[in-house]
Amino acid sequence: MDLYNHQKSTSKIKRDASVNDRIPDGLFLACPYCGVQMYNKQLGHYRVCAHCGYGFRLQARERVDLMTDSFEEIDSEIEMTNPDFPGYADKLARAKSQTELGESVLTGVATFENEKVALGIMDSYFMMGSLGSMTGEKITRLFEYATENGLPVVLFTASGGARMQEGINSLMQMAKISAAVASHQEAGLLYLVVLTDPTTGGVTASFAMQGDITLAEPHALVGFAGARVIESTIHEKLPKDFQRVETLMANGFVDQIVPRSDMNKMIAKVVRLHHKTEV
Amino acid sequence: MAVNIGLKLFKHELSPAEVVKKSREDRFLAREIIDGVFTDFVELHGDRLSGDDMSVIGGIAALNGTPVTVIAIDKGVDIQDKLSKRNGSPEPWGYRKAQRLMQQANKFHRPIVTFINTPGAFPGKTAEAQGQGEAIAKSILESMKLTVPMIAIIYGEGGSGGALALATSDQVWMFQNATYSILSPEGFASILWKDSKRSDEAAAVMGLTPKDLLAKNVIEYIIPESRSHPRVFNLIRKRLQDEFKQLSELTPEELVNQRRARFRSF
Repeated sequence: MDLYNHQKSTSKIKRDASVNDRIPDGLFLACPYCGVQMYNKQLGHYRVCAHCGYGFRLQARERVDLMTDSFEEIDSEIEMTNPDFPGYADKLARAKSQTELGESVLTGVATFENEKVALGIMDSYFMMGSLGSMTGEKITRLFEYATENGLPVVLFTASGGARMQEGINSLMQMAKISAAVASHQEAGLLYLVVLTDPTTGGVTASFAMQGDITLAEPHALVGFAGARVIESTIHEKLPKDFQRVETLMANGFVDQIVPRSDMNKMIAKVVRLHHKTEV
Repeated sequence: MAVNIGLKLFKHELSPAEVVKKSREDRFLAREIIDGVFTDFVELHGDRLSGDDMSVIGGIAALNGTPVTVIAIDKGVDIQDKLSKRNGSPEPWGYRKAQRLMQQANKFHRPIVTFINTPGAFPGKTAEAQGQGEAIAKSILESMKLTVPMIAIIYGEGGSGGALALATSDQVWMFQNATYSILSPEGFASILWKDSKRSDEAAAVMGLTPKDLLAKNVIEYIIPESRSHPRVFNLIRKRLQDEFKQLSELTPEELVNQRRARFRSF
């Protein structure tokens, strides 16, 4: 019976209780994709996993600094003025102070190697990049601005999908933006999508999948339904890379996967190849 | 006394949770509606790319003599049928079949009527691999470009993007006991409050009843239900005819601009 009654011996080593106070937080990080632990500094300028190339989630303003050569914000004043769902106002206030944004997307006019584009960047740190009515308004205006000024649109997507607090209005944004995309398309202008981690739900089911050309960051998660929803529907475990852009590319939904360090050059190159020329 | 109870039973307005329940009762079936409203229905199968999704019934028919394209999401009649149609959750190739038929309608200048009753697009493994998101995205984008009139009718559940894919139209109508929402009340409660059992509470705050949606201009018209189905179908036929007549007076450009402006207002 000793086998069962045996007590685990407690460690004799005394831990220094104050150690946690003396070492700063966030020095070591685990890659959310491959799980390898690394020293913060190893991520480097572009905040990319040194082991697998996964790009850590960026705030919209960080991405502007990393990837564009110039940027001028438009529609910065647009934000939700009457959040009437319980607790929504608090959530919005917290998101605004964390991201220095009025909504979950940052829009403006940018250059990539002197190529002028209308640029939108969604921020997953702002209520998970969810599609609120003012997010939709900013993106719609971006397309309208681009159509009026004959500019291509480059849009970095990152979103958990619809914003539940806004109900049906959130769903209507998918249609509203799509209408603006249609007008932009008919003007013969380029719409370039860059899928970043994570892009899901209603955003995947609308403007993220309407680009003329679709690029993606390595290992970004992109899908329509949540993995847990799918697993509980089909009663089966999904493979690890099921909703990663590498799989989407194999299935025919992504044109190219581009590392962050090459993104600026790639966007410039694609935009340049769409200059109108006489043949 | 009996009269009073009777009045109370029939007259009282349903709570949102009760409407949700009713919307799932299969009060009307897709084929019954098609046969009731139209004549000469010719069913057309397949998306010409990967298969034929039985949960999306499509074809051409006559609306009081005028040819129209009909697309309907069907939940199925018996258990076997329901299983094969995933209770009305279309696969990507269902939406692509709808796209094909919309393009065809555009070519032949036929108005389009869609009938919607779905808990949402199917969240399956193959669906995901075949691009469920892309299929819905394209349905929405392409219907924004159609130069023929399009009217969508939600006759049961209008679940999220899976419903919107067939409802980016010139007008959206709802049956009196139908719902249209961003997500099921169960899903809503589980995301926001981590408790799917609070779905009745969620239904109350989501504004998913026809009355709420009419007030927000998300829909144009509520179709009164009746135990006499032919009466409902006659009403739909008459109204479709009237509205299509008005819409066809617009030039293709006016029609497209008006449709886009309809959604621009949200």
